[in-house]
Amino acid sequence: MNVKNNARLEFLGIAENVSFARSCIGAFTAQLDCTLEDIEEIKLVVSEAVSNSIIHGYGGSRDGRVVIEASLYDNRTIEITVLDYGCGIEDLEQAMKPSYSSDPARMGLGFTFMKSFMDEMEVISKPNEGTSVRLKRSFLLREQQAYA
Amino acid sequence: MGYELKQVRNTLVVKLTGELDMLIVDRLRKEIDKRLEEQTFKNLIFNLERVSFIDSSGLGLIIGRYKKMNANSGRMYIVGASNNVEKILLFSGINKLVPIYNQEQDIISI
Ligand SMILES: Nc1ncnc2c1ncn2[C@@H]1O[C@H](COP(=O)(O)OP(=O)(O)OP(=O)(O)O)[C@@H](O)[C@H]1O
Ligand SMILES: [Mg+2]
Repeated sequence: MNVKNNARLEFLGIAENVSFARSCIGAFTAQLDCTLEDIEEIKLVVSEAVSNSIIHGYGGSRDGRVVIEASLYDNRTIEITVLDYGCGIEDLEQAMKPSYSSDPARMGLGFTFMKSFMDEMEVISKPNEGTSVRLKRSFLLREQQAYA
Repeated sequence: MGYELKQVRNTLVVKLTGELDMLIVDRLRKEIDKRLEEQTFKNLIFNLERVSFIDSSGLGLIIGRYKKMNANSGRMYIVGASNNVEKILLFSGINKLVPIYNQEQDIISI
């Protein structure tokens, strides 16, 4: 699998940048000749991962940084890694359960969206060091499945 | 992202424009809750006609207001979700708690 394009985005982890991040990655994804619906789904998962870094990772402090690295591969695949240097996740298994949230006012939908709209999701986290979420999706695969 | 709160008799209508994510949710939550505390509304309507994007922060806002309305025997509705937004609403299962209508008129006349 050859890398066709690669981008790295680093920004302050503040609410204003969530829409900036998802628009950027949405525009990047558009290079893969996918549908508008596909792009909307990519924007949603980026929004979820970045919001998690800001809300949970940095807990509202406005000085943390979020990094997104995105790669396009020649078989119409996108890989996106969102990482923060925030508080990390103590119990990853619990955090990834559908409907689990450490905040009673939230629905615990973020990881469920990421898992459902992507083909692969891998979360690596270390308390007090940070969290990285790697997401991957192949539009070729989805197309083949649709016509199968 | 913009919003407008308007009262129609005992109904509070929240009309949203743009992208409903964490940036707007905090401010909007405070404003809606202030109105709900000042006065007992029978209905709360979220008009999403002009919303182009929603994520889990927006869904959390809607569910939280649903719980408040429900605790006071009030009702809540969503109207005008575009295909994109409706897909996410259905995926989250929110429609099992908050019915989705095409337009405000459909509810006001109930
Ligand atoms: N980057 C992160 N840093 C620290 N904790 C995180 C991070 N991402 C997720 N978590 C933890 O994992 C939990 C589940 O995340 P998920 O996105 O599924 O739900 P949520 O953010 O709590 O709610 P929602 O996404 O519906 O607003 C969070 O409540 C939080 O405790
Ligand atoms: Mg989340």
